[in-house]
Amino acid sequence: MFSFILKRLATLIPTLIGITLVAFGLIRLIPGDPIEVMMGERRLDPEVHAAMVKSMGLDQPLATQYFRYLGNLLHGDLGQSLVSREPVAKEFAALFPATVELALTALLLAVALGLLLGMLAGLKRGSLFDQGVMGMATVGYSMPVFWWGLILIMFFSVNLGWTPVSGRISIEYDVARVSGFLLLDSWLSGEEGAFSSALAHLLLPAVVLGTSSLAVVARMTRSSMLEVLREDYVRTARAKGLSPVRVVVVHALRNALIPVLTVVGMQTGSLLAGAVLTETIFSWPGIGKWLIDSIARRDYPVVQAGILISALTFIAVNLCVDILYGVVNPRIRAQ
Amino acid sequence: MSTATEAMPDYPRPFKAFWQGFAANRGALAALLLFALIATAALLAPWLSPYDPIEQFRDHMLTAPAWAAGGSRQFLLGTDELGRDMLSRLLHGGRVSLGIGLASVLLSLLPGVMLGLLAAFHQQWLSPAIMRVMDILLALPGLLLAICVITILGPGLVNTVIAIAIGALPGYTRLTRAAALAEIGKDYVTASRIAGAGSLRLMFITVLPNCMAPLIVNASLSFSTAILETAGLGFLGLGVQAPLPEWGTMLSAARDYIERAPWVITLPGLTILASVLAINLMGDGLRDALDPKLKKIS
Repeated sequence: MFSFILKRLATLIPTLIGITLVAFGLIRLIPGDPIEVMMGERRLDPEVHAAMVKSMGLDQPLATQYFRYLGNLLHGDLGQSLVSREPVAKEFAALFPATVELALTALLLAVALGLLLGMLAGLKRGSLFDQGVMGMATVGYSMPVFWWGLILIMFFSVNLGWTPVSGRISIEYDVARVSGFLLLDSWLSGEEGAFSSALAHLLLPAVVLGTSSLAVVARMTRSSMLEVLREDYVRTARAKGLSPVRVVVVHALRNALIPVLTVVGMQTGSLLAGAVLTETIFSWPGIGKWLIDSIARRDYPVVQAGILISALTFIAVNLCVDILYGVVNPRIRAQ
Repeated sequence: MSTATEAMPDYPRPFKAFWQGFAANRGALAALLLFALIATAALLAPWLSPYDPIEQFRDHMLTAPAWAAGGSRQFLLGTDELGRDMLSRLLHGGRVSLGIGLASVLLSLLPGVMLGLLAAFHQQWLSPAIMRVMDILLALPGLLLAICVITILGPGLVNTVIAIAIGALPGYTRLTRAAALAEIGKDYVTASRIAGAGSLRLMFITVLPNCMAPLIVNASLSFSTAILETAGLGFLGLGVQAPLPEWGTMLSAARDYIERAPWVITLPGLTILASVLAINLMGDGLRDALDPKLKKIS
């Protein structure tokens, strides 16, 4: 098992180097002088310009610049925001939990509901329920995330007034930051109404973000279930006289979960990408919105860091899924 | 000779077999009709639309659709916040959105197939190099990679196509390589090689036609993804720029009128959903017809 993990880690090295090269190249690939691009309309006197070139190390050879960038990265230095003058890493640490909270809730929703619906649809193959679930899954899979968000806001927030339109919690609550996950922090704070406010704010964005993953998980669970139900060991289990629930849950579902796991891993990518849109619609203060705002403000160090972090998160989650896969299915390890 | 012909079972012709497989899927058939409708409407937009899509009727801002209260026959689907006719914008928007989708599919399919074949045929040096680059591209999920490219190139119609195509490239390369690798070891390829076929002939004439099924299915899926991403980029203000009508860009401008004028939100979104749904259902049908092995996967 240990050597399996090591091998997986080794194959990541070229990808990691590539990703840092992409992030490093981002500022330098933008046409024009990077400093003028970053400073935008403002006129710079040549002295300031020269000082900035020097302070950013842009007068050094590219290779030197890259290794300096890499060295800084390894020290956790992601650069400095041009707008707020704060270290990017600090801003990131404040915003990342918001995105993780949103994505995890969305994923939880998608996996719980998707497994249930997919399993039932698979068991009742061809029934009205099956057709309904699969039809809805196809629609959910084809749904433009941002439009789905707008429609839900229109219905639940504007027309019915059930949920708030934007943000993470009502401004009247000042919850002490413990974990950065507001749901947890507001619960810990014990302040009345804070938790339900945080939950109400989280619900709609999580549903919006989780919809397409829910559809994918449901489809995958159904087909994987159908496959497993045909296997000999399921027939054996039935022939032994085990109860139908035990056959499905213990014998079939456990094996059907293996392909579903891969799909869940791949969903992190679409969750990260979807988070950019969802956070923009709901003004959710996470890294997706931060990234888009920074592009508009030409705050390139932040964009650079945002891209790098997203890629690293995606790689890390997929690594975990691969390792889990090895745990669940020993045959993979042998390959 | 004649006995051999008689012994041959009566296989349906390839296209007929494909059509039978496709038409067996009712949803796919209906989707084909819907898509044909949308594509025709987009193609004929200049003749079908009642107005110029960027003409602003300043006296008719946010007019409701004809069937709603306050609507008029003059603007069947109402007008947007600048008094532009929604129907005309949706029709012309179809040209932009479907056009970008089609262009980006071609722009990723052709190089992707090329790179995939090269990787399959040159396993020693080229393959690791190509595949590592693809791994790097895959490390950034779809829309984020497109955003990255747009940050470098700047927003706009052509850059949207390039950004989306780069995101779809690894999929084609990996698929082509995998399919080609499965074919390369087979006897007919060896026979062709022994008969003296050059590597270009082996790649494009011998092997490629046998790798087409998964590629066609992937093309239909990446077409619908491209439409969604185009709309997403447009919505974020990073895609096609105003006043050019594009479904996502239309939605982005309409966000502020969510309470007063729901139709400026619902109509472009429904159009996107209908197109993407039609393409995805068609993709399911294509997969059933072309690649029975894949059928059970989803």
